[in-house]
Amino acid sequence: MNLDKREHMGAVVVELAGEVDLQHSPRLRKALMELMLEHRDVVVDMGGVSYIDSSGIASLVEAYQMARKGGGRFILAAVSQPALRVLQLARLDKVFAIAETVDGAVGA
Amino acid sequence: MSDTRRVTVEVRRLNTHYGTRQILKDVSLDVREGEIMVIMGGSGSGKSTLLNHLLGLLRPTSGTVKVLGKDINTASALDVQELRTRMGVAFQSGALFSSMSVGDNIALPLREHTRLDAMTIGIMTRLKLEVVSLAGFEDLMPSELSGGMIKRAALARAIVMDPKLLFCDEPSAGLDPVVASSIDDLILRLRDAMGMSIVVVTHDLDSAFKIADRICVLDQGDVLALDTVAAIRNSPNERIQNLLNRRTEEAEVDPDAYLRRLLGERARQDGEDDSQQRHLP
Ligand SMILES: Nc1ncnc2c1ncn2[C@@H]1O[C@H](COP(=O)(O)OP(=O)(O)OP(=O)(O)O)[C@@H](O)[C@H]1O
Ligand SMILES: [Mg+2]
Repeated sequence: MNLDKREHMGAVVVELAGEVDLQHSPRLRKALMELMLEHRDVVVDMGGVSYIDSSGIASLVEAYQMARKGGGRFILAAVSQPALRVLQLARLDKVFAIAETVDGAVGA
Repeated sequence: MSDTRRVTVEVRRLNTHYGTRQILKDVSLDVREGEIMVIMGGSGSGKSTLLNHLLGLLRPTSGTVKVLGKDINTASALDVQELRTRMGVAFQSGALFSSMSVGDNIALPLREHTRLDAMTIGIMTRLKLEVVSLAGFEDLMPSELSGGMIKRAALARAIVMDPKLLFCDEPSAGLDPVVASSIDDLILRLRDAMGMSIVVVTHDLDSAFKIADRICVLDQGDVLALDTVAAIRNSPNERIQNLLNRRTEEAEVDPDAYLRRLLGERARQDGEDDSQQRHLP
């Protein structure tokens, strides 16, 4: 799993790539929690995610809920096909805010 | 035509016995990554026995079972433990712990095998309950569930670790047709979304034809056929056609053996009467 953060028009873009599995998802969770505690607007760029398991999904769910409580924005962007299928499995594509592109997410 | 996907389960010339009775006879089969293999066959043909061997729960008399590249019968305890975290199984009976809530049953593998945060484990558990349409039932005890709900809870537990390999023994037996068909859909979606290899034991032909890439037909411990759905459907083999058309074969009656059975006299040799018993419904 690869995780990079960059500032983009006032939001933090978390670039997520590779395999987000049991071994790596705690690192994702920690990074997202920190951003949520700082009340940052977050866009997760999921274009490079080749695999995500339910522990990774759980981290996204938890961060999204924190953002909603804190009034911040939490958007998934450019979701790759493999990641989208996993979201659809639990109908979470109907729950998350999902944008086609990172720019679309930031501008939204 | 050659299939380049990785082999996830490899069975070679498996022979197994319970006591002196031979159950599986020279069984060989491969399951590939992302493949759904359905095992069919009459009651007592050895389906559950085969599944137990794939899980490394029984020792064969001869032959090998390799799972994700490792021989499950000769691998070290540590390797087997590691393999188990990548295999999920929903047993025929459900096999939930009666003293634990549904949620705790499903969370158990995560608590035992991972160091994930309790919040993450909670969300993962409830996600799987959603996936099997049991949302909101986490605090009930297994004894408070219907038979079909127990089956679905067992399936949720089997997939909670997102295994590479999923084994299901009769996942939809005894369920109403709507729920049974939703389990079929779920199995297909799990394969498509997670790329799992899935081995399903079932009696249900419609279900087998709907979900299988290949079907393995067991007949008294022999592999009678192992082929694609289309090939099985069109098989000229009479026994397979009987199975497909739900015809029971007329058992030959051996009057002496029959009378001995009715009178409760022991057969001369263990297993002698199997040919008669398998025709019972
Ligand atoms: N623990 C056991 N000890 C002795 N014999 C067993 C044991 N379990 C199964 N058998 C025998 O092995 C044979 C195959 O049983 P198995 O449970 O594998 O059949 P199955 O194909 O799963 O049948 P069903 O469709 O009824 O579940 C049967 O003849 C059964 O009596
Ligand atoms: Mg069985």
